[in-house]
Amino acid sequence: MTKFQLITKGLIKENPTFVLLLGMCPTLATTTSAINGMSMGLATLFVLVLSNMAISAIANVIPDKVRIPAYIVVIATFVTLLQFVMQAYTPAIYETLGIFIPLIVVNCIVLGRAEAFANKNSVVDSACDGLGIGLGFTLSLTILGLIREILGSGSAFGFKFLPGDGILCFVLAPGAFMVLGYLIVLFHKVTAKKNK
Amino acid sequence: MAIQSSFKNMVLCLFVICIVCSTLLAVVYAVTAAPIQAAAEAKTNAAIAQVVPAFEGAPIEATVEVDGTEYTYYTVSDNSGVAGYAIISSGSGFSGPVQVMVGFYPDGKIYNTSVLSQAETPGLGAKCVEPAFRDQFKEFDPAVKKLSVVKDGGDVNAITASTITSRAFCDALSKAVAAFDAITGAQLPADSVSGATVPEEGQMSETEITSQEVK
Repeated sequence: MTKFQLITKGLIKENPTFVLLLGMCPTLATTTSAINGMSMGLATLFVLVLSNMAISAIANVIPDKVRIPAYIVVIATFVTLLQFVMQAYTPAIYETLGIFIPLIVVNCIVLGRAEAFANKNSVVDSACDGLGIGLGFTLSLTILGLIREILGSGSAFGFKFLPGDGILCFVLAPGAFMVLGYLIVLFHKVTAKKNK
Repeated sequence: MAIQSSFKNMVLCLFVICIVCSTLLAVVYAVTAAPIQAAAEAKTNAAIAQVVPAFEGAPIEATVEVDGTEYTYYTVSDNSGVAGYAIISSGSGFSGPVQVMVGFYPDGKIYNTSVLSQAETPGLGAKCVEPAFRDQFKEFDPAVKKLSVVKDGGDVNAITASTITSRAFCDALSKAVAAFDAITGAQLPADSVSGATVPEEGQMSETEITSQEVK
């Protein structure tokens, strides 16, 4: 598999949200608007690339039985670093993302990629994998957030084009499940056609 | 591939990883502590500038205690005396406290408000930071209008589907009004003060006393 394929497989074939169905908790919770979804995706992307690289570098010296706690410590460290740095130098972005950043630690995509890919592959391949999966996650969350924002608030990326409130249900939890469900169906329908 | 999972190896491995990680965190914390504080101060100053009328010099920080709660407030002045007060207050919202900075004219009218921190539902309660909701409190005179949502018989239009957040916001503002009265030593006539604030125990008794005196 070339490096390019490693990156693109995260977008369609192994899309974390629509195909692997990983990280559903942050997916449903943070996609109330397109901006929120995208920010969460980008923050996860950053942590995913770094943690994948670090874990693939140290995987050989970690005894099998303690690999999960070791991975969690590494991931949590990167998330906390990200939090400090953002708080210090980009307080405005930190303000919008504040509650989502600590959520990255418990995002099973990050741990899942460490376990399924990074500990068996080289540092560069792991970085590409993290980048691909991260981009796929960002894209899915942005689409999900955009649809919920359009239906629920009548705006897109914070730009309001419809007066009033829209269908509030879509901003709330039930709307998240509905939109996600339909998107998964649509995604599989389109990709199934392509494969034939 | 991986080294053997003996007790010694496991302990050693986790120990080393934790040491490295905590050292890294300690270093980054030390480096970022000052910028984080500076950013927080800049935010407070920006919030003050936003909620009070134009002023000169630096805001003066102080605290006042009302009903056992301590409120931090900032006094700003221009060359003709006190230009306004910015009081930090909070109400309990849907998911944790909603911290609001409320700016007052010296005569007790609200100049503007600013949300310092909140963790309300994005897209719903979190709309309390938006001007669409907060603008109704500009030039709000607590002596004339009632600081509670329309649903509760007040004069504040709640955020759709976020009555709890709107109530928390009103609650924070009412507390700030009480703190303002405490700061200015209730120079205003007693009946206008008690009529202005949403029922709080201290204020209730004051109202009762006034009405008894009338009888």
